[in-house]
Parts: sequence; C-alpha cells; structure tokens
Amino acid sequence: MQRAHQYALSGYLIAMADDELILGHRDSEWTGHAPILEEDIAFANLALDEIGHAKLWYELAADLLGEDQTIYPDRLVYFRDATQFRNLQMVELPKGDWALSTLRQYLFDSLEALRLEVLKHSRYTPLAEIAARIRTEELYHLRHSRAWVLRLGLGTEESHSRMQAALDALWPYAQQLAERLPGERDLHAAGIVPSSAALFDRWHIDAVEFLTKAGLQVNFQQFLAPSRREHTEHLPALLADLQSVARLDPEATW
Amino acid sequence: MMQVSVRTSEDEIWAALAELPDPEMPVVNLVELGIVRAAAWHGETLAVTITPTFAACPAYEVIGSSIRQRLQAAGVAQVEVRVQHSPAWTTEWMTAAARSKLQAAGLAPPPRHEGNLIQVLMEPVACPRCGSHNTTLQNNFGTTPCRMIYTCVDCKEPFEMFKPL
Repeated sequence: MQRAHQYALSGYLIAMADDELILGHRDSEWTGHAPILEEDIAFANLALDEIGHAKLWYELAADLLGEDQTIYPDRLVYFRDATQFRNLQMVELPKGDWALSTLRQYLFDSLEALRLEVLKHSRYTPLAEIAARIRTEELYHLRHSRAWVLRLGLGTEESHSRMQAALDALWPYAQQLAERLPGERDLHAAGIVPSSAALFDRWHIDAVEFLTKAGLQVNFQQFLAPSRREHTEHLPALLADLQSVARLDPEATW
Repeated sequence: MMQVSVRTSEDEIWAALAELPDPEMPVVNLVELGIVRAAAWHGETLAVTITPTFAACPAYEVIGSSIRQRLQAAGVAQVEVRVQHSPAWTTEWMTAAARSKLQAAGLAPPPRHEGNLIQVLMEPVACPRCGSHNTTLQNNFGTTPCRMIYTCVDCKEPFEMFKPL
C-alpha cells in the first residue's frame, strides 16, 4: 500500500473506531438501568462488541502507522481530548430514554451494515477480513435493534410517541452519516473504502421505508451536518468519565 | 560437543492443548472449538496461534495464559501466544464432538450453515433438552457474547444457543 494511503486509511479507521468506542460507552450506561433484565444483558453485550470492534480498528490503524498495537489504542482512547476525537455527534448524545437508545442503535447499525458489506471487498485485505468478522457479529445487533424499533413504534400510544420523539431528535444528526470520512476521497478511488455519500443514499431509502413500516413519520429537516472535528458539549463530559482512571495514573498497568 | 535440544513432540503439544477447557464453556476444549489454529517452532520458541470466537471475546487473555502455563508444564520453556483475527473464526470450525458435548450440557450447538448464515437464522431451533422445535427466541444476547437465549414452549425451560457465526 502507498504511504499516502496508509496515512489516510489510518485516519479513516480511527474515525470508525471512535464511533464504535463512544457508542459502546453510551450502550454500557444501560448496564444496571435497562427496563428489563434481558435488555440489561443485551446492551452490555452491545457495548462489549462495539468497544471490541473499536479495538480492532485502532489496532489496524496502529499497524499502518508503524505504532505498537498493544499501546497505541489505549493512548488514543485515554489520552486524547474531545477536539481530537472524530466520532459522529449522534453517538455522543446522552443515552436518553429507552426509545432514543434503541433508535440510535438502529440508525447506526443499519448504516454500518452497508459500510461493512462494501469493506468486506476492500482491496486492502486486512481491512476486508476484519470487516467480514465484524459484519457477521453485527447481524445480531441489527436484528435486535430492528425488533425494538418495530415493537415500540407499533406498540402502545406511549411507546409510539416516545419513538417518534426519538426519531425527530435523532434524524437531523443522522444526516452526518453522509459526510465523507477522513481521507475517503483517495481511498475510495483506490478501491479501499466505499463512498459515504453513496452509502448514505442507499441507507436513506431503506431507513425511511423501515421506519414507515414501524409506524413512524420521518420529518425531513434542513440540517447543516458538522464536520467530525466538531462535537457537542456532551463529549467532554463522557470522556471525563471514560478517561478518569487512566489519567489518575498514566503509568499504571493492569 | 554437539548440543542437542530436546523438544516436546508435536503430539504431546496438541494433547496438552486439548486438555484446556474453554473458560466460558468448560465442557469443550480449545482445540475442538477451533480456537487453536497452529503451533509452530520458531527457534526455541513455540508460537501458538489462536483466533478468538468473537472479535471482542473477553476470555482470550485467560485462554492465552492457560496455554502458556499448560505448555510450560509440558516442558516447553518459551511459549508465545499470537492472536490472529483473519480468517475469522466461524462455528463451522467446531468439531462434531464439541457440538455433542454442548448439546449434552444443555447448550444448543450452533447449526451448520456452510456460509449461509441468514438462512439458518430463519429456522427454528431445537430444544437441547426435549428436542422440540417449538421454541421462541428470548434474547439475541446471552451470558457471553457467543450465546443467545431461547425458551422451549413444550418443556417450558429456557436454554441458551451458541450463536452461529
């Protein structure tokens, strides 16, 4: 792989990993708080998977940059500030009510499934192989989040109205899924990654169809999607929590 | 004088590895589960390659240290455990013996899918206790990343299934 591509791809992978890490952290916040025991278990598993997937992407980025795979991911997770994170704003929003968390999971999972489907055929083999691994695991995530969106969307008046409120709140943020990831243009031309805009167009059709089936109304709104360098006030608070132990004693090993 | 190094034989190595239970499903061992991919000598170091069942499997560090300990006990001085993620582990690598042990322990084994996972996921799952296909999915996620929870409508018992991957 060309040097320029190595560098670009590492940025792309770190952005994807940041999405997974931050979403995984939000998912973990349901542990002990989910409405039923099964969902406590489910969200703990989702969190574990997302953070595990983040680790794989960070390690692959480390490999491309010639960094130590055992140290670099931890450094990225524990010692970067909010301005250096490249995750979508959607994943950093507070977990909200159950409707918001399940809908967010669906919106993210369904686009990620399409992205992984293309990444499985990436010309960069290590990326293609990890994507194939993650794609199979994500099948279970999507099956789960779709089931909940349908159940709540078509459930009681209360569940429906909460789901609709969640959709109204999240839909503008979902537009950020169309944004190009760092380094994407060159990598796409080289057959290494998909075009986010093309993925988004396909996703948009599927998502509107599915959400409508779940009895929900997509209210199209104008929204100027921010760049991945911009974050809400919720990210620094999340990081303060996530990084507190590591920053207390940066030399600690465990 | 020529120095002769006595290495633990390949058969002994695999026999030792086959004694190691999976930490989360002790009825099956690491070899029949398909987690141990290779054991190869690099000079005086024995490199054992493992592939975690799930990308985020929290057990693989424990697995790594149990491999090191067991092989050192078998006389291998230097053991290095390598984690290889590709090709990804699939339940297709699980031996028939492992499947029947899981079944006997009340954990439904993953159905064989020959690459067609989606189709397999649409089919009803047999209760490992009474064999009934009259079962319902309770949860896509179970007590470990690799399991999900069902209930048997006929014998009324909940059970877990090893997720086909």
